[in-house]
Amino acid sequence: MGERILDVNNLEINFHTYAGDVKAIRNVSFHLDKGETLAIVGESGSGKSVTTKSLMGLLANNAEVVGGSIIFHGEDILKKSEKQMQGIRGKDIAMIFQDPMTSLDPTMKIGRQIAEPLMKHKNVEKKKALAQALEILKLVGIDNAEKRINEYPHQFSGGQRQRIVIAIALVCYPEILIADEPTTALDVTIQAQILDLMKELQRKIETSIIFITHDLGVVAGMANRVAVMYAGQIVEYGSVDEIFYNPQHPYTWGLLNSMPTLSSTDLQAIPGTPPDLLDPPKGDPFAARNPYAMKIDSEEKPPFFKVSETHYASTWLLHPDAPKITPPEEIVRRQEIFKKMQASAN
Amino acid sequence: MKKYLLKRVLYMALTLFLVATITFFLMKLMPGTPYSNQEKMTPQQIKIMNQQYGLDKPIWLQYVIYIFGMLHGDLGTSFQFSNQPVSYLISSRIGASAQLGVQAMIFGVVLGIIVGSVAAIYRNTWVDTTATVLSIIGKSVPNFVLAVLLQYYISLKLGWFPIADWGGFSYTVLPTIALGVGPLAETARFIRTGMVDVLNSDYIELARAKGLNKFGIIYHHALRNSLIPLVTLIGPYTVALMTGSMVIENIFSIPGIGEQYVKSIQTNDYPTIMGVTMLFCFGLVLIILFTDIIYGIIDPRIRLTGNED
Repeated sequence: MGERILDVNNLEINFHTYAGDVKAIRNVSFHLDKGETLAIVGESGSGKSVTTKSLMGLLANNAEVVGGSIIFHGEDILKKSEKQMQGIRGKDIAMIFQDPMTSLDPTMKIGRQIAEPLMKHKNVEKKKALAQALEILKLVGIDNAEKRINEYPHQFSGGQRQRIVIAIALVCYPEILIADEPTTALDVTIQAQILDLMKELQRKIETSIIFITHDLGVVAGMANRVAVMYAGQIVEYGSVDEIFYNPQHPYTWGLLNSMPTLSSTDLQAIPGTPPDLLDPPKGDPFAARNPYAMKIDSEEKPPFFKVSETHYASTWLLHPDAPKITPPEEIVRRQEIFKKMQASAN
Repeated sequence: MKKYLLKRVLYMALTLFLVATITFFLMKLMPGTPYSNQEKMTPQQIKIMNQQYGLDKPIWLQYVIYIFGMLHGDLGTSFQFSNQPVSYLISSRIGASAQLGVQAMIFGVVLGIIVGSVAAIYRNTWVDTTATVLSIIGKSVPNFVLAVLLQYYISLKLGWFPIADWGGFSYTVLPTIALGVGPLAETARFIRTGMVDVLNSDYIELARAKGLNKFGIIYHHALRNSLIPLVTLIGPYTVALMTGSMVIENIFSIPGIGEQYVKSIQTNDYPTIMGVTMLFCFGLVLIILFTDIIYGIIDPRIRLTGNED
């Protein structure tokens, strides 16, 4: 892909609660290249949103970054003051939120809401900012934009509102766009439209996207690379083909197994619940839910094993001494497709 | 919008008429007569007095005469206050009451919004707790107690403002504070609750994600949305304050309308009771209409329903 624009290294975030410190993010590292889309996948509470909020400096008051760094343009975002972060937010790094029904101010005309970041960051006067807001409104596909720019959020449908939220995020042409489950609250047909729109705009604006989702189905058409998160850690990352067709971590297997495909006859849920991060388990956090778990899984946390130049997974199953096991049927089928893909590529 | 307004005005007229009717007959049910020394009067004298004030006619006829007069702007003649026309009594006294009421409202609401917002922004800190405790005190201490305290400490001990009477602006300061503390406490409480909700909402997070600073977020996004519940509260409060707070006016010897209202009820001064009641009622229906219009201005979602109506 090319130029590296974001580097997250060994990020650790705790939440102070009455019950003690919740270790929400534990030793998370990833990077983002210019123009690519990185999907971060995981179930609720796996730390996806917390990770991205730390990129924006929008963590809750009781959150504390205990370690790590987030390098953006050669500088550590975590060391910046709130004032400096205000200069980055909405300008260099922008965000799309999950629920378009509640993320727009109900008492402000949408034109002004879109123009606000321009007025704040580019010192554009109101009239010019509104003119640019109109342009971006057309770009995100709102019909009759000249009239609708003076309307209020309640006059738009859910899909249209998400387009407006996207317009707000993109109006300053940010280098990084964080999309936090942008289609979860939308109908499936609207979902596809919004995803297409995001891809189209990514090409036009040349932005990089961090795409947060719990829905692997959405990832396939959207992302270049995928990081799978579990219990505050990244357990596997690789290119989208590697994750979909050659997954190595049992948790990734579970996720793929629970996703409907054309050939699947029944869907399998992952048994159990994620561990309590107040007191995370010593070894592999997935061990308790992992049918392939070995003794070492509950004793020592597995390091990342290299599968290919771009593909790493944190599971003891990849250790040379691990017993050979047969993954679930669906995964075997996928790995066969992967072998064919590789063969035809060579 | 025109049709909507016309409909509202018709409803207002109907409300006023009903209030006038009900008040008139309730008033006649009150025991006693308007004469303060009836036991010393001969039946002949009472008859002459009744004739003079039109009280000898059947009640339904008195009612018809009153309503007829009211429609022509004649509110009758007071029995007590040197036989002055009620409309003159009201117009000569409403000024002081209205000025005090408006001042107290502005003082209370503006300060209340500030206190409530600050409490919400620094919620669950000592600032918030202090504001909450002060609000509870402000709400529970009767304003006449506060009035007397202000008179004693600010006027008598410090001599900053006149202790009572009615003159220039300096005479209005203490009664304004005494009257305004209630609305201040209430407003602060409302704004605090509303703003805590608003500050936790997604659109505030989006505003932060835009890179706006704290002031911009509060001023452009949070405040307007927190004001919506307050509008309902302010309307009736304003009328109540404008038409006079009897006790405060008494304590500060202010020639306002509240003082007159109490006296008129005590003495069965029928025309004055009716006049002040109608004034209060008129103010209330007018304020309710304004409230609905202001609602629409603040909240565009309501504006649209108003148009469709």
